[in-house]
Amino acid sequence: MASFILRLGLTVALLATASCGSRDVPALPPIAGHQLRAVADFSVIADKEDRSRALFLEASRVFLHPRCANCHPNGDVPAQGMQMSPHQPPVTRGPDNHGVVGMECTSCHQDRNLVQARVPGAPDWHLAPREMAWIGKSPRQICEQIKDPKRNGGKTLAQIVEHNAHDKALVAWGWSPGADREPAPGTQEQFGAIVAAWVETGAECPSQEVRR
Amino acid sequence: MNITLRVNGKDRQLDVDPEMPLLWALRDVLGLTGTKYGCGEALCGACTVHLNGQVIRSCVTPVRRAANAEIVTIEGLSPDGSHPLQKAWVELGVPQCGFCQAGQLMTAAALLKKHPRPSDEQIDQSMAGNLCRCGTYNRIREAIKKVAGVGQ
Repeated sequence: MASFILRLGLTVALLATASCGSRDVPALPPIAGHQLRAVADFSVIADKEDRSRALFLEASRVFLHPRCANCHPNGDVPAQGMQMSPHQPPVTRGPDNHGVVGMECTSCHQDRNLVQARVPGAPDWHLAPREMAWIGKSPRQICEQIKDPKRNGGKTLAQIVEHNAHDKALVAWGWSPGADREPAPGTQEQFGAIVAAWVETGAECPSQEVRR
Repeated sequence: MNITLRVNGKDRQLDVDPEMPLLWALRDVLGLTGTKYGCGEALCGACTVHLNGQVIRSCVTPVRRAANAEIVTIEGLSPDGSHPLQKAWVELGVPQCGFCQAGQLMTAAALLKKHPRPSDEQIDQSMAGNLCRCGTYNRIREAIKKVAGVGQ
């Protein structure tokens, strides 16, 4: 297990190093897969645009974690579990991302996690709209989607920061998934700070080919 | 904690733990045993009831969610078993063991209320969460189509 975490950390470090295109970018400190780097760790990257790209790549470790990406499917069926397998029972998106009659998300998911039945829950459980698909997307594609008001729910970058940093419902659930589910890396506070720093540094998008 | 809910058209006062599953409140406190316990994890649909018209799995729904809400169970689908779906269920001999059928009927009723003439895809998508170990799926679909007046 320790060696797995170490390998994961090294992989994360490698991805962070390689994230900013062809120019040499200073290496970031290695971390375990369940952690997020602090914003201060990115100060070793002098170039502001490179720093911004590295910050988004760090944030994308949250966006692409199954706790978050499972309900941002590229299609009409959510995923579940760390293997991101199709949701069981077989539910579908429905007209408003809340399921179809008889199989609405809130037919089963409550406003909080259930201890005994292990059904995950948070207020207004539902799928992200189709245009906010993250599964199978690269960090660059996700970055471009998040910056595009036509595909981000009409949000400004300031509202994106606020949503990621302070949403108490579905975003917050990523770090409090209940049962034995693995939470998203780091904490919501750290994640919010990274997203804020990304915006402050120009909201640059990382290169197309890097993904995790 | 006192919780008021309206079950099958009647106001009911319950003094129960607000986290008690609605299914327990219906079966053990109110004696409405038509709704069944299957898996306890919202995976089989045997416990399906309506909450303000929405299909819910009562085995995982805390009774606090039903406070001041309108609950309809299989006992309230019709006063005398005369709901068109119940009649079609009898005419076509849909049930085998019958354990899942209250849940099947409650989901089918919600489906037809929203889509009076559902497509095959709509039937499949809406009924996908109600399992039947006897495999009566073909007869369930036939009965829904009979009531909807759509082709077999």
